[in-house]
Amino acid sequence: MTKNLKAAATAIALFIGATGALGADKPTDPQIAHIAYTAGVLDIEAAKQAIAMSKNKAVVEFAETMLRDHEAVNSQALDLVKKLNVTPEDNDTSKALSQAAETKRQELAKLSGAEFDRAYVEHEVAYHKQVNGALETMLIPAAQNGELKSLLETGLKLFQGHQQHAEHVAAELK
Amino acid sequence: MSMAVYHAAVATLLLGAAAIAAPSQAETIKVTIDRLAYAPAEIEAKVGDEIEWINKDSLIHTATVKGGAQVLLPAKKSGRLRLQEPGSFDYICRYHPNMKGRITVRP
Repeated sequence: MTKNLKAAATAIALFIGATGALGADKPTDPQIAHIAYTAGVLDIEAAKQAIAMSKNKAVVEFAETMLRDHEAVNSQALDLVKKLNVTPEDNDTSKALSQAAETKRQELAKLSGAEFDRAYVEHEVAYHKQVNGALETMLIPAAQNGELKSLLETGLKLFQGHQQHAEHVAAELK
Repeated sequence: MSMAVYHAAVATLLLGAAAIAAPSQAETIKVTIDRLAYAPAEIEAKVGDEIEWINKDSLIHTATVKGGAQVLLPAKKSGRLRLQEPGSFDYICRYHPNMKGRITVRP
């Protein structure tokens, strides 16, 4: 695991630790919506970087899938928050995720060719693993609204699919 | 029975069988995709049948047999495949490999 990903994982762990132990102030639905949406936006940005930088067919196809799927899910999420009249609320977990993604983006920008491909895909495996862990242990259990919970559950299934897809591409690159 | 009559009789039988077999027995089997799952996940069919996947998700999926056929299923659209050989085929979505299905094709 890279340093910045560790930082984000730690942030999420802290978030769980700070809120979960007491069980009283779990993340609220507006915070959950913000975290899930941010996680999607960050992966879309990573995908755009990969599409611009990679010449590997499997890597570009994977990145295009990330772009397409995360845009589709985020558009569903926006429709839902509008319908529920919820305003997504920025929070420390979202901030930590964004910071870690920015560090990674700069790290990747220094690489090229096969080196870039491997680093991007390995990061995608780790990133989806991390987000899926957060969905399973924190976001889905804490979600109060049934429709939000259901969208997160579909999101989890989708991102588990992405993780497997990334693992297949990573194995091909070895 | 003379050879000519015999041939004519066999030909009639074959034509008759073909006329009955082709359009009336081939079926279309529908598989729905909803929230990243094929339903039903396992289907039985016979050679000549057609499978229609109806994709209800807002995501592009596929039905991809490893080393074999692939049907692209755009968001909110459907796709079809005619079954040409008997056997048991596992398939996945190439974009979401945790989506799994199986088709068993009888001769």
